[in-house]
Amino acid sequence: MSDEGTIFRVSGPVVTAIGMEAGMYDVVRVGNEGLMGEVIELHGDKAVIQVYEDTSGIRPGEPVRNTRETLSVALGPGLLTQIYDGIQRPLPTLEEVMGVFITRGVDADAFDLERKWTFEATVAVGDEVGSGQVIGTVQETETIVHKIMVPPGKGGIIKSIESGDFNVTHTVCTLEDGTEMQMMQKWPVRTPRPYQQKYAPDTPLVTGMRILDFLFPLAKGGTAGIPGPFGSGKTVTQQSLAKYSDAQIVVYIGCGERGNEMTEVLDEFPHLIDPNTGKPLMNRTVMIANTSNMPVAAREASVYTGITIAEYFRDMGYDVALMADSTSRWAEAMREISSRLEEMPGEEGYPAYLSSRIAEFYERAGRVQTLDGDDGSITVIGAVSPPGGDISEPVSQGTLRIVKVFWGLDAGLARQRHFPAINWLNSYSLYPQSLNQWFRDNIAQDFPEIRTEISGLLQVESELQEIVQLVGSDALPIDQQLTLEVARMIREYFLQQNGFHEVDAFCSIEQQYAMVKAILTFQESAKNAIAAGAQLDDVVNVPARSNLIRARFEKGYIDVIGEMVEKMVEEIAATVEEN
Amino acid sequence: MSGKEYRTITDVKGPLVFLNKTEPVAFGEIVQLRMSDGSMKNGQVLDTSNEIVVVQVFEGTAGINLSTGVKFMGDVFKLPVSEGLIGRILDGAGRPRDGGPEIVADQKDDIIGAAINPFSRQSPHDFIQTGVSAIDCCTTLVRGQKLPIFSASGLPHNDIALQIARQASLKGSDEEFIVVFCAMGITAEEYNYFRTDLERTGALENAVLFVNLADDPAVERIITPRLALTAAEYLAFERDYHVLVIYTDMTNYCDALRQIGAAREEVPGRRGYPGYMYTDLAMLYERAGIVKGKKGSITQFPILTMPGDDITHPIPDLSGYITEGQIVISRELHQQGIYPPINVLPSLSRLMGSCIGEETTREDHKSVSDQMYAAYAQGRELRGLVAIVGEDALNERDKQLLDFSAVFEDKFLRQGRDEDRTIEETLDLCWNLLSAIDLKYLVRLDQKWIEKYHPDNRE
Ligand SMILES: Nc1ncnc2c1ncn2[C@@H]1O[C@H](COP(=O)(O)OP(=O)(O)OP(=O)(O)O)[C@@H](O)[C@H]1O
Ligand SMILES: [Mg+2]
Repeated sequence: MSDEGTIFRVSGPVVTAIGMEAGMYDVVRVGNEGLMGEVIELHGDKAVIQVYEDTSGIRPGEPVRNTRETLSVALGPGLLTQIYDGIQRPLPTLEEVMGVFITRGVDADAFDLERKWTFEATVAVGDEVGSGQVIGTVQETETIVHKIMVPPGKGGIIKSIESGDFNVTHTVCTLEDGTEMQMMQKWPVRTPRPYQQKYAPDTPLVTGMRILDFLFPLAKGGTAGIPGPFGSGKTVTQQSLAKYSDAQIVVYIGCGERGNEMTEVLDEFPHLIDPNTGKPLMNRTVMIANTSNMPVAAREASVYTGITIAEYFRDMGYDVALMADSTSRWAEAMREISSRLEEMPGEEGYPAYLSSRIAEFYERAGRVQTLDGDDGSITVIGAVSPPGGDISEPVSQGTLRIVKVFWGLDAGLARQRHFPAINWLNSYSLYPQSLNQWFRDNIAQDFPEIRTEISGLLQVESELQEIVQLVGSDALPIDQQLTLEVARMIREYFLQQNGFHEVDAFCSIEQQYAMVKAILTFQESAKNAIAAGAQLDDVVNVPARSNLIRARFEKGYIDVIGEMVEKMVEEIAATVEEN
Repeated sequence: MSGKEYRTITDVKGPLVFLNKTEPVAFGEIVQLRMSDGSMKNGQVLDTSNEIVVVQVFEGTAGINLSTGVKFMGDVFKLPVSEGLIGRILDGAGRPRDGGPEIVADQKDDIIGAAINPFSRQSPHDFIQTGVSAIDCCTTLVRGQKLPIFSASGLPHNDIALQIARQASLKGSDEEFIVVFCAMGITAEEYNYFRTDLERTGALENAVLFVNLADDPAVERIITPRLALTAAEYLAFERDYHVLVIYTDMTNYCDALRQIGAAREEVPGRRGYPGYMYTDLAMLYERAGIVKGKKGSITQFPILTMPGDDITHPIPDLSGYITEGQIVISRELHQQGIYPPINVLPSLSRLMGSCIGEETTREDHKSVSDQMYAAYAQGRELRGLVAIVGEDALNERDKQLLDFSAVFEDKFLRQGRDEDRTIEETLDLCWNLLSAIDLKYLVRLDQKWIEKYHPDNRE
């Protein structure tokens, strides 16, 4: 047996080769055109390969060559601002080579190998460096310093190191044992990159979306799932997170979704300013786009490509956020391949290993102490697209078993144009316990209590609504009618947030807190006024309240909110005298 | 390679033929089968190995036996394309059906098509005026969009599609659309209806028709839309046309897909449809769009009938997950005698935001559209309450909204099959109808636009 074999069978993206020596996950070149594939099963002398490109026209008897490498990504300066397909080929390069349609059989380097980067050594000859330790830096984009690290598993005494302008394959450092290091390293995508230890998350990923930060917060290093039927807002939510969350690096994976959505991100991000740094968002972003019509095997690989890139930036000590839209399409790619392999299917035709693959993927999230001793994190947010919107299906269930935050999108809310259409009654976050201290220290001492109060009001509203459905709201006692008004204010003023509004799309936690306080102040003064004989209608309709509500679309709202609340309190008090 | 004829069929099952002892055959290769009476059938290779080759036969396997001759044509399925396609009617496998000559090819294109590089796409943003108020105001169509009609049997989706095909125009431009029409398993009567209408309006001269009817082979439906899209891509991206692709009925297409899956004994996904149906549909729907450096565009208008009027059925469900919105036809409105019976509430155009406003439609469009939607949604909801507590229990605001919902259906939705309203007419109509509601209840209207467009403020 040798590295060369021949094709025995072609069935869609799955090709079987015979007469080739192979190991699991070896990358192979298939057919006369040398299409890229990966060994995913071995049977005697047969190797089953998933091919990352279209296999039409390929026939038995054509050659297959084992490259003896495992599927890997290239890591180094040049990743940021780039857009890749599922196997890390830059889409701009593919366009240059093939034109606007993606044909096949073309290789493309993950980044420009000729481009020179300014490497600044941070260690010196004679220093001892260990696995994962930073040996130098490159200013990759305006906002991000790329740290060059000793590849995991290597280490020793530095024999030579040079600062200066080099391309990524130039050896910038050698160790006494002869190990040569370049700015670029490779890592197999299916193997998690090592770290020293995992910590419990204790800081929120601030997203600027009120319902998320305030009611169902996500921790840096945490995991969240967003299931929802089509058109409910998964993509808009993920894109908002990519735009406004306070991660330092964003990896955005468009996995089996629409081409136009990626175009939108590409058009928009270079012009959008990161509210945290004041610089274009593109500077911190890596995109992976393997749209629904691109090969499914590459779609399967895309989430691994993405998470490996995320781990690499985590290892530099950054807080990375990774969005995968949609993990259901990834699972479907697994199902498609598995069915070609004639594997024994589990539920709904998905392979039996579906839930363990999902779990392994989310396990690569977390807040860690890096090999270099730094603190880094990966937060993973996965969209889930359940058939018919019914989350009893395997992908939703497999996800919910592992993620700690569930943002449940609701078709009914979307239809009412209540956005974000996240259902506040069934969504949850398991992080508040670990984040409460942060909220107390950084926002307000009573933050957790206020949160409980608001969720409580929404809960009571849903119970009252059931009665209203039967008898109409006028039949309720006045205090309950007021509760309904307060809850409506929570929904319409606080929870609703237009993801496309230039001011309202992002709301700081300070402002979130101020808005919630305004609602509670309204409740308080309305209660008092009504007790003193005011009419509910008059109280609700004081002009200062609608001014307060409308002003959230104006810039600088947080500076005027206190004043506006005072005015509202005055006007509400005045409704007593009118009677 | 294409010379040799094999007589090595071992099994025939549903639309599939299995044979062995062939020379190496390519995946996706086109196959010709010769029956004992000399007639020919076409097929395509679904699975190929040194031992066995699986062929999917487009015309069905009736008449095939173990001595049927099988010839491999050495190439994947290609469609001869040229501008000569325009004005022609072809069958579901791309052969002339209008008695005319074969298409003289400029080139032959692989019908599977290649994926558009996402980096090479351009965001669609040109407003298409359909002249149908419900669509133009509430689910605005954009050039390069894929916007399906979710309908059900017995509803007038064909009339709506035809009306759109007739009326669709780019505001302020006389650029015409080329219509590529793709019929999959529709009845001869429906087809005649389409053809007659296209003839009547002269649109046929600017159209290409691919026709697979209910009594044509079901498996052929797998390729018919691919032929249509290949023609569309050629016309849009090689010949600079703006192409509107209408295909009907996607439900028949999906059923053909299911049939092949069953014959291959694949593990089915939901309701017996193949697990790869999402990907398969995406390979069609994603062939819409605009690309950098090309003048033409492809806008898709797929029509599907929801089995049992169920929007969660896999066919509408998977379509909705891929397309950029949907237009939902309502049986209830149809039964009330309203044409076009479009239910705007579950309908959505995701690209609408990019194409409405001052420069394209009108400055008040968003505000008006939001208000129309909200008022109608509230009015509709009140109908349920009124059924329980009676109309007298409603307060003034609710009464006005309830009345509005009826007027909305009667005056705004309802329009003639040949009535072509401009966007200005549509928006003015909205203002007229909204003016029946007190301004204090119209919270979504911008003050600016009220001053400018509200009937009270216009002479
Ligand atoms: N936060 C939001 N603010 C404003 N509009 C929103 C918001 N979220 C969703 N929408 C509206 O809903 C539409 C659909 O949202 P989105 O594309 O995110 O759905 P999705 O869940 O990703 O659907 P699919 O599964 O089909 O991809 C958007 O085009 C937009 O009109
Ligand atoms: Mg989406």
